[in-house]
Amino acid sequence: MMTDLTDLGIVELRDGFAAGDFSAREVATAFSTAVSAGKALNAWIVETPEHALAAADAADADRAAGTLKPLSGVPLGIKDLFCTKGVQTTAASHILGGFVPEYESTITAKLFAAGAGMLGKLNLDQFAMGSSNETSAYGNVLSPWQRAGSNAAMAPGGSSGGSSSAVAARMAPGATGTDTGGSIRQPAAFVGISGIKPTYGRCSRWGVVAFASSLDQAGPMARSVRDCAAFLEQMAGFDQRDSTSLDLPVPKWEVGLSGDLRGKRIGVPKEYRVDGMPAEIDALWEQGIAYLRDAGAEIVDVSLPHTKYALPTYYIIAPAEASSNLARYDGVRYGERELPDGANLQEMYAATRAAGFGPEVKRRILIGTYVLSAGYYDAYYTQAQKVRTLIARDFERAWATCDLLLTPTAPSAAFALGDKSDDPLAMYLNDVFTVPSSLAGLPAMSVPGGLDAAGLPLGLQIIGKPLDEQGVLNAGLAIEERAGFTARPGAWW
Amino acid sequence: MSIDATTVRKIAGLARIAVTEQETAAMVPELNNILGWIEQLGEVDVTGVEPLAAVIPNHLRLRDDVVTDGGIRDAVLANAPQAEHGFFAVPKVIE
Repeated sequence: MMTDLTDLGIVELRDGFAAGDFSAREVATAFSTAVSAGKALNAWIVETPEHALAAADAADADRAAGTLKPLSGVPLGIKDLFCTKGVQTTAASHILGGFVPEYESTITAKLFAAGAGMLGKLNLDQFAMGSSNETSAYGNVLSPWQRAGSNAAMAPGGSSGGSSSAVAARMAPGATGTDTGGSIRQPAAFVGISGIKPTYGRCSRWGVVAFASSLDQAGPMARSVRDCAAFLEQMAGFDQRDSTSLDLPVPKWEVGLSGDLRGKRIGVPKEYRVDGMPAEIDALWEQGIAYLRDAGAEIVDVSLPHTKYALPTYYIIAPAEASSNLARYDGVRYGERELPDGANLQEMYAATRAAGFGPEVKRRILIGTYVLSAGYYDAYYTQAQKVRTLIARDFERAWATCDLLLTPTAPSAAFALGDKSDDPLAMYLNDVFTVPSSLAGLPAMSVPGGLDAAGLPLGLQIIGKPLDEQGVLNAGLAIEERAGFTARPGAWW
Repeated sequence: MSIDATTVRKIAGLARIAVTEQETAAMVPELNNILGWIEQLGEVDVTGVEPLAAVIPNHLRLRDDVVTDGGIRDAVLANAPQAEHGFFAVPKVIE
């Protein structure tokens, strides 16, 4: 074989397969082998080589018959938050232990209908609550990256940490992620890959285990902007089973890609220069500004005055919605049941939830229950929803003077596993740059910008107007073309 | 608005999560730390500001009020920890 197939991205695999350079079975076999060989990273909860091979055989038959589909020949990783018919789906929580959905999420159904196969279900922070993949009931995911001269285990980011680790380690050419407050973008930044959270409502939430419904949005994670565009086209689209799904056609984002930003104004929000930000992050940001200027864009200073309130707003709204959404795990209809001797129904609920949820999930359910409880609802929840209006208004005002925003994706490079896990608040602060655009429902993406002094990847974030995924992808492409990010982790696992 | 062990036990009860005395004691400072940080929102002037209802303008759709799904009892019950005679089974509710 001329090249290692696992080095190829989604578009290269799709096009090389269509051109007859290799068979889909060869591709699925190569990636399934990489998955089996990567167990030290703990990125997968369930491996499904049989699914990938069956899709590959169908793709090979389709190619022979001249009926290729948009993702024929491409195997993918699926975050274990997407319900997959006949394949265990746990949200990385014991409370869904043994749950085997009788139905397929809209997004996985679309991907499979587009010809993609599934390599397995990817580990994540439990119920997508976390920024380091340390809250999973199935153990920590390790990043394939390590600091120069150290073998300390690094966080792959979260909550889509299995997705980021698997794609960076070339166990999958792409993986689905979900993003509630940064769970696609921050892990993508931590491992040097790309990921886009589209506009809220672009991708159906149907069959995706719910965390905070007004924020949850699925999106693709892959190793290039073009791969993200092609992948997102197959995930997005109207779904009548999701009440907040946008009834709009899916643009041809891949065909529309252009790194020529002449005529575009890029806003640089001054409030994102937070205290204590490492000089390397600041330098990365300046580099990103230079890249976009070189691509023809005009750089303008903008102000998003309510930025500092985004995190506390998020940590009221997200737990409030989570406490409501997670009320369904009662030990009656699915998942684990804990039934102490002689327990009545109420005691069964409480014992089931005590045994099934991890500490971070319990913490957020309790915060959510508290801020929604009688006497506190207005002071916390209503106040947060009002501040959320102001945060969204900040962005609307910024669009009067710019078309896109450029910021760092995270305030630091990846940290070591264990560094922040004892301090929930320190962990929450890692989402400082990704949460505001989530609260406003805006499309936002992370692309690799470079490496820090320790050799760890750093990401740049582009935020766009509602529905302007194309603008976001194009600016991402302009950075990608100039950053020339080819660094990859050594295969120590 | 700092919370104490009684409040933690009350909200854990509302959330139907059993907590031990040890867990309750650990949660008091932890939740107070988070809630204390959240309280900075109180300083924002929200006079005349409406709570955000939808991030992206969208209208809730209506469809004809007809049955579109069903007849899948066994699939619905397939993941139940305990299902009997076509029903979910739970501990006795009425003494």
